[in-house]
Amino acid sequence: MRIWLEKQLHLIDFTLASLARRKSKNIGLLAVYALLVFALASVGLFANALRSEASFVLASSPEVILQRLVAGRHDLIPPGYLEKIGRIRGVQKQEGRLWGYYYDAVVKANYTFMARPAEEIAPGSIAIGATLARLRGLAPGNVISFRAYGGKLFTFRIASLLSPDAELLSADLVLLAEADFRAFFDYPAGHYTDIALSVANPQEVRNIAGKLSQALPDSRPILREEVLRTYQSMFDWREGIMLTILAGAIFAFIILAWEKAAGLSAEERKEIGILKAIGWETGDVIRMKLWEGLLVSLAAFLIGFIAAYIHVFYCGASLLEPVLKGWSVLYPRFTLIPAVDGMQVASLAFFTIFPYCAAVLVPIWRAAITDPDSVMRA
Amino acid sequence: MIELLAVKKAFNQGRSNEYWALNGIDLRIEAGRVTALRGPSGSGKTTLLTLIGCLARPTSGRVRLKGEDISGLPERFLTEIRRQTFGFIFQQFNLIKGLSALENVILPALPTGRPRRELVARAEALLAQLQLSHRAAARVEWLSGGEQQRVAIARALINDPEVIVADEPTANLDTVLSGEFMVILESLSAAGKTVLLSSHDPLVVESPVVHRVIAMRDGRLVDL
Amino acid sequence: MLFQPAIIALLLASAVGLLMLLASAPFALRIIARWDIRSGSEAQLALERGTYLLSTVLSFIFTVQLAKLLLFVFTADRLAVMFVGAMCAVGTLNVNEYGFPALLGQILVFFLAAMWLAINHVDAQARDYPLVRIKYWLLLALLPVLAVCFWLEFQYFRGLKANVITSCCGSLFSAEGKGLSGEASAMAAGPAMLLFYPAQLLAVAAAVWQWRRPGRWAAYATALGSAIAFVAAISGILAFVSLYIYEHPHHHCPFCILKSEYAYQGYALYLPLFVAAACGLAVGAIQPFARVVSLQSVIPTVSRRLAALAALGFALFAALASYQVLNSNLILFER
Repeated sequence: MRIWLEKQLHLIDFTLASLARRKSKNIGLLAVYALLVFALASVGLFANALRSEASFVLASSPEVILQRLVAGRHDLIPPGYLEKIGRIRGVQKQEGRLWGYYYDAVVKANYTFMARPAEEIAPGSIAIGATLARLRGLAPGNVISFRAYGGKLFTFRIASLLSPDAELLSADLVLLAEADFRAFFDYPAGHYTDIALSVANPQEVRNIAGKLSQALPDSRPILREEVLRTYQSMFDWREGIMLTILAGAIFAFIILAWEKAAGLSAEERKEIGILKAIGWETGDVIRMKLWEGLLVSLAAFLIGFIAAYIHVFYCGASLLEPVLKGWSVLYPRFTLIPAVDGMQVASLAFFTIFPYCAAVLVPIWRAAITDPDSVMRA
Repeated sequence: MIELLAVKKAFNQGRSNEYWALNGIDLRIEAGRVTALRGPSGSGKTTLLTLIGCLARPTSGRVRLKGEDISGLPERFLTEIRRQTFGFIFQQFNLIKGLSALENVILPALPTGRPRRELVARAEALLAQLQLSHRAAARVEWLSGGEQQRVAIARALINDPEVIVADEPTANLDTVLSGEFMVILESLSAAGKTVLLSSHDPLVVESPVVHRVIAMRDGRLVDL
Repeated sequence: MLFQPAIIALLLASAVGLLMLLASAPFALRIIARWDIRSGSEAQLALERGTYLLSTVLSFIFTVQLAKLLLFVFTADRLAVMFVGAMCAVGTLNVNEYGFPALLGQILVFFLAAMWLAINHVDAQARDYPLVRIKYWLLLALLPVLAVCFWLEFQYFRGLKANVITSCCGSLFSAEGKGLSGEASAMAAGPAMLLFYPAQLLAVAAAVWQWRRPGRWAAYATALGSAIAFVAAISGILAFVSLYIYEHPHHHCPFCILKSEYAYQGYALYLPLFVAAACGLAVGAIQPFARVVSLQSVIPTVSRRLAALAALGFALFAALASYQVLNSNLILFER
């Protein structure tokens, strides 16, 4: 065991020395390799951060949202619906919600206006998302005016900024008092946008949804878990699309790796011949070369991954934003919450180290079976 | 010590350029002596050395090392025997460029897994014996021809082999350096090593250091 | 099929492994037909060199298989969100009937590759390579297994469609559940312990026996004991070890212990278990060749080393499992 370990150390030593001796050749490969890891890791980390951002936001949203449908289109909840639902076992709380979109011509962006009970937001004041505040240069205490769709001008005082923790989804959010909301949008009294229900036991959610559809046949219950699933598959899908596009890059890299490994210079070939002649076994040469591959892979992986981490979490994934995010005009400029999961690192390693190793296996073997007597026959 | 029976070696077998480098060699090499193979280039000296030194396997015939038949051994085991029993000095020295003299000397011992400290100590001792201590850290391409050959000799000795195999050792050396090489050879022989070399340099084959000269032509042994 | 990076990676890895083995099949056939160790002809030398490639490829497949196994469980776990009712890997694996067979297939390939590598290892130590033909026949036999596993995996992932109602570990591994996993966890914790500890003890004892006095009976006992201990270990994890780790009397899930919520304790359990079982099975795999003349000194040495590893692995596994049971706040048995 100790001999084996010592031998591997010798092989690593030798490999490091020979990598250092052929710097220019290896640095090129390392750079391309690290770039590939960087691209893939950026996509993965970014999609994952968005995923966890979304589930973080959804964690505090209600389990079931009830919408009314008229002719298959989303319509307002008329008065009396809340009462019609009555008491359903397992529902902790049910409330009508008021929200809508507002287009701000000044910054050419859509905001989401949402009414909150008077205890949370005093009439005449609003709470806004951090991105919006940055965009319009607002701070708590400032005053802002919006022209309603009816043409009337409303003025609000900024009471507070929303927590930047989940900036992605609160970026365009404006919270205001119920009375203000109804006045601003000229919303019919007693009507709501939708109904939110809180359910404690996740196992009950589907039963309750069933009961709701029975009680109110013209309504559509939307489950939080379904929204979460939709988000997940949407992010997965986008990530998959990106990776498919990058598959071309992976393929090109495999060819490069193969070629670099197969295209040994005459000097390297001679070196392996010398090693074989002076007592290295084919297996030793293969092992030495595998160590080389592993060290290069690890170095590239580390460099690429760390660079991607910085890119995504400190530079806001500036290179990817338009592709993976971009469902709103209002790009939130925020730092994502660093989220790395083991599976992601594992699959990333799989996507990069595995093809590299598979590509160099045969060339390594080809080089290693050089005749030991070749140096004497030359 | 080494016995060859009806040994033949072919290259490019079964193809139009098939070529028999050795054509039935029977030979016995005694331990502790200096034996020289002599003959024109293309006579099969080098091929014979590769077979004796376990660098290659004969196409047919038997090679016995200390009574054990090694002609049918797979490369894996031949390598092991080669590493333990033979040390090689090549015509072109075949040092690895970019590495220091010391690193080159310990190369053959790396697969043995001996601790590095032990290897370095042994290599330093060998280089000291060959008056090369001051050049131990220098890269081999900065060394002179004579120094390079001494590094190659030290490398051949790192695993403490019983047999030293030298292929045309003086071909790249001038008369003075060739003389120095013969002195080193004598000391190796005196230390009990079996030495086997190929050469057509009269300075080598006619030297008193060489105990036995074997002449070759066209892949066969010829009587002098 | 779900368009998911990890799924693509898994399928790709399986496909590459299968293709590599498929590409080496003609070579294996050539070896079986033309191998002649006595010959020094260039054709024979080429064959001998080819064997290096095949052992490297097989070691590669083996390593990848291990990584794949983890990634497979990991992926299943993360996909759970996509399926109604699935809360962890068990739910995802149950989405269609190929899930668990695919997982078992992966484990099987892992163990078979380990056994082949053990045979390859002893063969490479004998100067006449006595097992070359057998080895390559076995390699060819491995090919359909790998192909079937790839097919299972492909079918499984192809059949994954979000929103299928599945059972999760809560229902599958609860006592009402049908099927093997259900039965294993239906076993009360008490009887399960009575199966678990003797099986581990048996495996350790057999392995120690083989280590002290390598021989035919001891070797086969080690292999058999390892197989039994492996099955008993998995049932034990389902029946009671997981309960103690989750500190929940009804959460019988073998996969959740791999998650960060449980401090990755699963790895500490599974790693020694898989290593030990692989070593134990390998002892049995090389034993039939112990009478081959050139292997007579090789096999006992290798076998002893493997047996020692197996004994250590099973002992470590049992100790860790016991530690988790004793350190848990869950009380299944009143004192």
